[in-house]
Amino acid sequence: MDSNGLSCIERKLHVLAVDDSIIDRTIIARLLKKYDCKVTTAENAMRAMEYLGLGHEQDTSEGKDLKIGMIITDYSMPGMTGYDLLKKIKESSTMSEIPVVIMSSENIPTRINKCLKEGAQDFMLKPIQQSDVKKLLSNEYSSY
Amino acid sequence: MDLTQMQRRLVDYTSSLFREGYLDDQFTQLQQLQDESNPDFVFEVVTLFFEDSQRLINELGEALDQQNVDFKKVDAHVHQLKGSSSSIGAQRVKNVCVIFRNYCEERNTERCMRCLQQLKHENSLVKTKLETLFRLQQQILTAGGSIPMWSE
Repeated sequence: MDSNGLSCIERKLHVLAVDDSIIDRTIIARLLKKYDCKVTTAENAMRAMEYLGLGHEQDTSEGKDLKIGMIITDYSMPGMTGYDLLKKIKESSTMSEIPVVIMSSENIPTRINKCLKEGAQDFMLKPIQQSDVKKLLSNEYSSY
Repeated sequence: MDLTQMQRRLVDYTSSLFREGYLDDQFTQLQQLQDESNPDFVFEVVTLFFEDSQRLINELGEALDQQNVDFKKVDAHVHQLKGSSSSIGAQRVKNVCVIFRNYCEERNTERCMRCLQQLKHENSLVKTKLETLFRLQQQILTAGGSIPMWSE
């Protein structure tokens, strides 16, 4: 149990973090683990979709079985963007309830609004700091 | 040199890197993520950064060497480097990236090439500085001491 009292040992939040930058993946994983989350990382949206059991003819229950509690994704990724991934998750039959958080290095209000409109839980500006993750998780836990 | 002197030297050296703008607060954020169970976190991330920055610098060199420069491609590489340098707190590298992107937008090959030279220079500088920092830290650890935490 960490001193911040944010961790919940019985119900460790399993977060899927998606980012094409290995540097950013390493940092976000460590940030989340510091707050006692279980973390899985994916290097692009396609891999994330595969992991979640999405994108085939029919959405499988894989994602549900993995008990993913939150998805954090970078916005700018080659091929499928974080926004595209957000849409796919919200359209899915299995994963639409999972909170999706978008990260971006660019503070573009239209971009932020677009994501929030599509159902993103939150938007975090890079570089991500400890206080950002703490705030994000405390919002998440308070909604239990 | 005794342990206290080594620790003093490390604190002074680190402070100078912040003062001279090589590092910014994001580096401190990384330091705060390092602990007994993740004792090499900063070194790990910094190593990943320099592997990545070298790759991007090479790709930029190739991209700018073309007859018809694909500025979209160049910009994409610079955007990546801007992101990663920002994430580790390599402020000077990040600042060159910002200027570089402006020249990409202007489709100014000459200026872009100059930015690339600057990038190489700043990347190399901060690499050397951080290598020194890690060496000073290692000296302290080898002597049985602990790395002092400095305040911002």
